[in-house]
Amino acid sequence: MPEKFDAIVVGAGVAGLAAAYKMSQAGLSVVVIERGDYPGAKNVMGGVLYRSMMEDLIPEFWKEAPLQRPVVEQRFWFMDIDSVVTTGYKSQDWAREPYNCFTVFRGQFDQWFARKCTEAGVVIVNETLVEECLVENDKVVGVRTNRPEGDIYANVVVLADGVNSLLAKQLGFHQEWQPQQVALAVMEELKLPSEVIEERFNLEPGMGTTIEIFGGGTLGLVGTAFIYTNKEHLSLGVGALLSQLRQAKIKPYDLLENLKKHPAVRPLIRNAEPVEYYAHLIPEGGYKAVPQLVGNGVVVVGDAAQLVNGIHREGSNLAMTSGRLAAEAIIRAHQMGEFDRRALSHYEETLRNSYVMADLKKYKDSSHLFEKNPKYFNEYLPAANMALHEMLTVDGTSKKDKQKRIMQRILGGNSLYSVGKDLYQAWKAMR
Amino acid sequence: MKENFTTKIRELKTEINIDDKLYLNRWKPDHQSHLEIIDPKVCEAKCSGKDCTIFCPARVYEWRDGRIAVGYEGCLECGACRIGCPHQNIRWRYPRGGYGVQFRLA
Repeated sequence: MPEKFDAIVVGAGVAGLAAAYKMSQAGLSVVVIERGDYPGAKNVMGGVLYRSMMEDLIPEFWKEAPLQRPVVEQRFWFMDIDSVVTTGYKSQDWAREPYNCFTVFRGQFDQWFARKCTEAGVVIVNETLVEECLVENDKVVGVRTNRPEGDIYANVVVLADGVNSLLAKQLGFHQEWQPQQVALAVMEELKLPSEVIEERFNLEPGMGTTIEIFGGGTLGLVGTAFIYTNKEHLSLGVGALLSQLRQAKIKPYDLLENLKKHPAVRPLIRNAEPVEYYAHLIPEGGYKAVPQLVGNGVVVVGDAAQLVNGIHREGSNLAMTSGRLAAEAIIRAHQMGEFDRRALSHYEETLRNSYVMADLKKYKDSSHLFEKNPKYFNEYLPAANMALHEMLTVDGTSKKDKQKRIMQRILGGNSLYSVGKDLYQAWKAMR
Repeated sequence: MKENFTTKIRELKTEINIDDKLYLNRWKPDHQSHLEIIDPKVCEAKCSGKDCTIFCPARVYEWRDGRIAVGYEGCLECGACRIGCPHQNIRWRYPRGGYGVQFRLA
C-alpha cells in the first residue's frame, strides 16, 4: 500500500463505491475503508436500487450484477386497522431493458460493486473502522483507523460513512441529528419459493413489485411500511420518525408484528420463514438538514449528507449521484493540484444543480408538516377507508345518507375550513 | 367504540421474544462494549420514561435492579439510542472493525 493515496473513501456503500469507481477510472489512487467483514455487511436498505444512476457509472450493469427482481409494479396502500384502500401502477415498460429499478440485496450487490471497483484499481480494506479524520492546519489530511499503525493519508477524504456520520459531526459539519430528523426502520427477510411469490403478487416469472403502506403500517405515526419482492424472499419493513416512536412508546418490532397480522398482509406472507432481521436509521431531515458538504480536503456524500428523498423512498440513487459528482470534483481538483474547500466546492455546485438538491428542496416542508399535524396519517387515511367502505357496502342506506355520514367522519370535530386548510398545506408541501 | 390507531397502540403487546429475531443474524461479538452509559445516575434520577428500553429495535437496553443493563452483543448498530436518548447519555461508537452484526441479505 502506498503511504499516501489520492483519495480515501470511508464506507463501502453505494455512495462511497460510486465515488471510488469514478475516481479510479480517472487514474487516481483510491482506498475504500469498510468496517464490515465485506462490503454490504453493514448496509441496510429497503431494497430498491435505481437503474439510471447506477448506469451513469456502469452501463448495462444489470447484465452481470446480482439483482433480485426488476420492479414492474409499484403499489400504494392507504391502510386502516383492518381495511385498506389500494392503488398503484404497473408497466410493461419496466419489465424490459433498460428497466426502471430493481430490488436488490445489498449484502450481495455491494460485494459485486466493490469487485468492480477492485478491477478498476481501487484498494478495498475490510474489517477496519475509521476512528477519526486526521486534521492538520485546518485541513483533513487522512484518517486514523483502529489498526495498529493505522493512519492513512490522502489529498481528499470522502465521507460515505452513512446516516450516523460520526466523522462529519466530528469535523463540525453538523450537530447531532434530532429525533425528528431520522426515521427508525425495522425489517425482516421472509423466505418463500419464487413461484409462490409470483402467484401471490400476480407477477410474471422473475418480475417484482413494491408496496408502500401508509397509515396503518405505522398505526398513524409519520412513517411508512413496505413489502418488496425479492427472488425467494419478501422484504417486510416498517419505519417511523424516531421522535414519534419515542413519544408513542412503541417498540418498533411490535409495529412489524402487528403489520404481519393485518388482513391485507397476512395472506401474502403465509408460511414465509423469517431469515434475517434488521434495524436502520433513514435520514429524513431533508433539504434543511443537509450539512456542510465540502471542507478542506474532505467531502460528504450519501446518507452521511442526509441525501434521502423520503416522500419517494429514494436514497440509493441520490447516494450514487452524490458519490459520482464528488468524484468528478475531486478529479478536477487533482488536475489543478488544489484540494481546499474552494477547489472542491465544484461538488456542491453540481449537486445543487442536479435533481438531488432540486428534489430535496421541493419536499423541504413535507416531513415537518406531517409530523406537526397528525391528522394526515391519523384521521384522513382512515377516513378514506371509511368513505369507500360506506359507498361500497350495500345495506339499504341511500347514497345521499352515506355521503352525509362520510362528510361527518371527514370533518369529525373539524370545520370544513380547517380540513380545507390541511389539504391546501399538504398540496403546498408536495407541489 | 370502534378500534382506531390510538386504541390499537395502547393494546400493542409484545408477545414476541426479540432474541428469536436476533438469532436469525450472523454475529461476531466483541469482548468489549461499543455502547456506554455516560452517567448511570442520570438514567435513575432524571429519566422517567426509560425510552431506550422501548424504542431500541434490538432491546439492547433493559432496566434491571435500578440501572440500565446494556446488552451490546445484540446491537444492530442503527444509532437510534444515541439520537433518541432524551438526556444524550449514551456514548455510541461503532464496534471495532470486523465485529458486530454481519448482514448477508438486506
